[in-house]
Amino acid sequence: MRIRQIQEVLEAELIVGEGTLDKDVHSACGSDMMSDVLAYVKDQAVLLTGLVNAQVIRTAQMMDMICIVFVRSKQPTEDMIELAAEAGITLMSTEKRMYEACGLLYTAGLGNGVIA
Amino acid sequence: MSEETLCFHFDVDGDDFTSAGQASVQVKKLLRELGVSPEVIRRVSIAMYEGEINMVIHAGGGKADVLVDETSIVIILTDEGPGIPNIKQAMQEGYSTAPDNVRSLGFGAGMGLPNMKRYTDHMEIESAPGKGTTIKMTVEL
Repeated sequence: MRIRQIQEVLEAELIVGEGTLDKDVHSACGSDMMSDVLAYVKDQAVLLTGLVNAQVIRTAQMMDMICIVFVRSKQPTEDMIELAAEAGITLMSTEKRMYEACGLLYTAGLGNGVIA
Repeated sequence: MSEETLCFHFDVDGDDFTSAGQASVQVKKLLRELGVSPEVIRRVSIAMYEGEINMVIHAGGGKADVLVDETSIVIILTDEGPGIPNIKQAMQEGYSTAPDNVRSLGFGAGMGLPNMKRYTDHMEIESAPGKGTTIKMTVEL
């Protein structure tokens, strides 16, 4: 699924990072606990989270993720937007809650990373 | 370590949680420039990032040295914090002494040290109460 489709499915507002919109991703991860993301994520290029601080961007950067979706209409700070822009990470914000956002993406075909 | 060892030094600021991770980002860039494989870069940067976060949460900051040669990448993290009274206990997943406000920032779940061990080939901890902590992690190339 392309990042652009993720934005459409979640009716999300693009905050920064048009450059990745046509990149293809095969899986995502939903978590507010960055330690868990660092422990268990492998090859998930998209992070859905309700957590808003600079370490969300750094965690995504460490994990080579290319897109962060903030759920429940959360908005990143200017510092975070700057960090993301430097790192080439797309940020978007959706009104959906975490459970619904993950479910919508899963239903739309963004599964566990198994390429059919 | 061979004669051609590259050494990088970073100071980790303990006053500002927002800046935690800056050294790891720098190391990631440096290793990429050196042509290190993406998988190794990822392991090194995650381990170092967790270490940086730990130094900021528990020790008021510290120092990070990264040594790179043809066979390995060594990360040495040194702080003058309170030290770890029981290293075996601290290594257990889920064991944490981090304050609640750290948990609201997405850390402090007792995963830091286990993650550092998970992503590196060797890890040694030297620590005692009142004497600070030194952690040496090695990733083989």
